[in-house]
Amino acid sequence: MDTQFAQRRRRELITAACLAVLAALVPLFVKDVYVQNMMVLTLMYAALSQSWNILSGYCGQISLGHALYFGLGAYTTALLFMKFGVLPWFGMLAGGVISALIAMALGYPCFRLRGHYFVIATIVIAEIGLLLFHNWDWAGAALGIDIPVRGDSWLKFQFTRSKLPYFYFALVLACIAWFVTWWLEDSKWGYWWRAVKDNPEAAESLGVVVFNSKMGAAAVSAFLVAVGGSFYAQFVSYIDPESVMGFQFSLLMALPAVLGGIGTLWGPILGAVILIPLTELTRSYIGGSGRGVDLIVYGSLIVLISLARPQGLVSLFSRRKRAAK
Amino acid sequence: MTALLETRSVWQRFGGLVANSDVSISVERGEIVGLIGPNGAGKSTLFNLIAGVARPTQGSIWFDGEDVTGLPAAERCRRGIGRTFQVVKSFETMSVIDNVIVGALVRTTVMREARRKAHEVLEFTGLAGRADVLAGELVPAEKRRLEVARALATEPKLLLLDEVLTGLTPSEAQKGVELVRKVRQTGVTVLMVEHVMEIVMPLVDRAIVLDLGKVLAEGKPSDVVRDPKVITAYLGDRHAVGT
Repeated sequence: MDTQFAQRRRRELITAACLAVLAALVPLFVKDVYVQNMMVLTLMYAALSQSWNILSGYCGQISLGHALYFGLGAYTTALLFMKFGVLPWFGMLAGGVISALIAMALGYPCFRLRGHYFVIATIVIAEIGLLLFHNWDWAGAALGIDIPVRGDSWLKFQFTRSKLPYFYFALVLACIAWFVTWWLEDSKWGYWWRAVKDNPEAAESLGVVVFNSKMGAAAVSAFLVAVGGSFYAQFVSYIDPESVMGFQFSLLMALPAVLGGIGTLWGPILGAVILIPLTELTRSYIGGSGRGVDLIVYGSLIVLISLARPQGLVSLFSRRKRAAK
Repeated sequence: MTALLETRSVWQRFGGLVANSDVSISVERGEIVGLIGPNGAGKSTLFNLIAGVARPTQGSIWFDGEDVTGLPAAERCRRGIGRTFQVVKSFETMSVIDNVIVGALVRTTVMREARRKAHEVLEFTGLAGRADVLAGELVPAEKRRLEVARALATEPKLLLLDEVLTGLTPSEAQKGVELVRKVRQTGVTVLMVEHVMEIVMPLVDRAIVLDLGKVLAEGKPSDVVRDPKVITAYLGDRHAVGT
């Protein structure tokens, strides 16, 4: 029975590697910049949603305030580069560490809250962060930061002529987020998180320190999301509070996981691959009023999913597998 | 050697209600002790104090020669107190084996070792055939068994069983009794709360009867059931007169 388990783990790893290689080959055939742009965003949201899933899916602490960490990552990288000339690679790391620390500092009071109260707290805190950045002159306040362009280079992680470097970086990011999840899934932390989600009281009786489990999940989750934020800042090269810390990012991190399957390994990727292109397409093809239409699309998808398949779309695959046995 | 578990004049008050008053009990290594008493006697309160869910208003709890009164539940588990819940609390979205692995992870962080231990415990508790089923899909009797399995995976010195035999069919309850005996044979001390006397009495070495938050009687099960005070507590004054 153990070998069966080990086999499943190995199969997951091989599947992921194959998918990554396939994804890496796509740009050889797709030269259209618009589509490439869409692929970059899809991979980025896959990575973000995967990271969100660690705290909210596995550990069950639903956060609708992860835009805060996304924005912190973006701002840390941009500010360090602009004010001190620190390379974005270090900015990325710094953003991750700062976000992880802030996530734990916020978790300290907030993890005493349960269920809806926790969700409300995360929304409010992210809004406070947004307001602070709106009024923080040194960080560009509401005007934002224009990241100075210093020519294409991997060192400065800036590319003006081609989207491809961003594509490959986003792919690596998605792979890292997936791999971290995969690795944690079969570790003490993975088991502790799922136990905490299902029943904190029982978990505590089995030696699980519930509070520490939540803190660990929050730190890992915030770190990865912040790295995504750093990447986004480099990708769009102009940031302001609304465009990196707005509520829509919190939503866009949660939705792919919810759509694909919350608390599952493949859910976020599957959800992102469906949701993000759909969003971009409705935005551009339905024209100027598209902003409203993509929201209608989200809404309908969520309603459909919660009616037809509350466990998310990945359950379609597992059901078929079970039937085949 | 000192007793494995000792409560020293423990009091627990909830506002004006005194749930435990001056309760001093002890459990020796290798015993099966039954904690019995009518509804509202304070059994569950005492049980939660021992497991570390709540702290006593007054008094102290000693385990394995150390004062554990201020320690949280998780730390007590690490020290060797395992427990089940009266209302089962399975990890419903996890498979049976994963439920047990959570318990095993207290003693090791090596996943392969935890998995091996979990299989061993499932074999021991007769759940091996259900290892890959979701805990949420188990029937109630199996869920009770899973509670015991999970607790055993933490390798407890003392196992606290909270009404694991209540509400089972006679044949299920019989299997439960056998399981508890088997557990004791492996060297685990058992303290069990029950209010169904017929099931517990043949099983336990010693019975402690609580009533209105106090220790009413204590001793061999055969003596305790004949104690007029105990009969009064369970059946009311009129029945006591005849004995």
